[in-house]
Amino acid sequence: MTFELNNLVIGYPTRKVAGPMTVSLHQGELCCLLGSNGAGKSTLLRTLAAFQPPLSGQILLDGRDISDISARELSTLIGIVLTERVRVAGITVRDMVAMGRSPYTNFWGRLTQEDHRLVDEAMQLVGVDGFASRQVSTLSDGERQKVMIAKALAQGTPIILLDEPTAFLDFPSKVEAMLLLSRLAHDLQKTIFLSTHDLDLALQTADRLWLMPSSMSKGEIAVGTPRELAEKLPLYFPSPHLTFDPSALRFQIQ
Amino acid sequence: MKNTVAIVGLFLATMLLFVASLYNGSVSIPMSTITDILLGRGSADHPSWQYIILENRIPQAVTALLSGASLAVSGLLLQTAFRNPLAGPSVLGIDSGAHLGVALVILVAGGALTTGILTLGGFALVIVAALLGALAVMSILLFLSRLLQNNVMLLIAGMMVGYIASSMISLLNFKASAEGVHAMTLWGMGSFSSVSLDRLPYMVGICVFGLFLAFLLIKPLNALLLGDDYARNLGISIRRTRTLLLLTTGVLTAASTAFCGPIAFIGLAVPHIARLVLGSANHRVLLPATLLTGSALALMCNLISTLPGESGVIPINVITPIIGAPVVLWVILRLEK
Repeated sequence: MTFELNNLVIGYPTRKVAGPMTVSLHQGELCCLLGSNGAGKSTLLRTLAAFQPPLSGQILLDGRDISDISARELSTLIGIVLTERVRVAGITVRDMVAMGRSPYTNFWGRLTQEDHRLVDEAMQLVGVDGFASRQVSTLSDGERQKVMIAKALAQGTPIILLDEPTAFLDFPSKVEAMLLLSRLAHDLQKTIFLSTHDLDLALQTADRLWLMPSSMSKGEIAVGTPRELAEKLPLYFPSPHLTFDPSALRFQIQ
Repeated sequence: MKNTVAIVGLFLATMLLFVASLYNGSVSIPMSTITDILLGRGSADHPSWQYIILENRIPQAVTALLSGASLAVSGLLLQTAFRNPLAGPSVLGIDSGAHLGVALVILVAGGALTTGILTLGGFALVIVAALLGALAVMSILLFLSRLLQNNVMLLIAGMMVGYIASSMISLLNFKASAEGVHAMTLWGMGSFSSVSLDRLPYMVGICVFGLFLAFLLIKPLNALLLGDDYARNLGISIRRTRTLLLLTTGVLTAASTAFCGPIAFIGLAVPHIARLVLGSANHRVLLPATLLTGSALALMCNLISTLPGESGVIPINVITPIIGAPVVLWVILRLEK
């Protein structure tokens, strides 16, 4: 599955946020979207998930413009995980993961044997099968985010978009979540695209990075492997207190 | 499995309360006679008893059953749609909207009439007015819910809409005759006894239609538990779901309010009782459980209302807060944790 952005301009009717950009996402890769606050990371993800229309340009899925794809079909192609915590009582981990099967279930939402099997499989892959019958409201932030990733896996979409999935997590959980996503991209040949502020983590785990320029600058979006972007990175995160060590792929505080 | 047991239990409890409502009332009638009348072996020596059972208690029990179910389901839909545990038809002013519609018809157009003695045309007008009033308030709320991110703010906005509707009802009272005001006041206290046997089929039809619509929404309601964005990503059309929710809660609230007056707390409290019984927020079990709990609670309130016996009937809105308010307090305390 190819996912291409063609001269895409994103924003709101009254305000352009970013673009035009022409870039592609690749199957079987973990790709991280980096950029300072206000650069338009969330807007880009919302546009890619078809929650809001682009101002101009196209988003192409295997050559088809996503604005021509029905919401129903799109729900089998793109799965999402959001930053905000889902606050809901009375939903077990299994119920939550099973929500991912909604696009495939009948009018009443009844799960078939095959649905149950896929839900089990998704929970095992992510490692939440040990507490399948626990209430989601009792989970830690890290566990809950893994459950949401399992939901996206159960949805069976070739593409998974995640908006700052590691934002509320403690450090070990952040590392675990990123390694999990990297493994899922490689093992299941998924296209995984996420936004994050965890620069160090993204540099060490992502196959590819998208660097969004701040909305002030007139810069273009830069795309490449962490190593390819090593020279450019300091330009996108300008700070008098930071130096970047290209050989170690690390920012140092001065 | 546990859910099936809970739902069967609730069903049996509702049936039991329904039968109890036929055997209990302000007038005491021997049980064996009631059984005879119900089985069609009516005795000729007590035609008034036969009348009380067939023309009075049966319609009243059916009205309580349906009104309780409608309000409770309406409350559940509102709590899920607005993602707010304290939402309900009366909190959000939806029944005030229906109330205002009814008041306009009864006080201005109809003069001194109660729903009980309206002509069929006037009766239809009352129902349509209640529906339009309820839908108007729901539309305002749906609009405001897009502007207000904060859940508490939406509740306050709903209360304000309700206050405005109440003020307009009070203003209408100036224009009305004394009998009209009296009829409205009685109606405002809530009662399951104002639907006569020949009007009952209309109430049954409207309530069953509304409840049927609610069952069509089970799958989108479950997705909405995760919020609009997750629901949309699961292929749910948010706009269509919201429109159907608007229509369904409007029909359910309007039907109950037009026939029984504005009844507080059932819509707000019952979904929480059902969640507590089930321990699940899955609408596939929660919706039937809420429906049955609503019916059971309304029948129970109806039974309590006849406790004074020959000396009169307690208005329903005196009883529902005593049961409902503690449930709401419990919900608030749990939210704080």
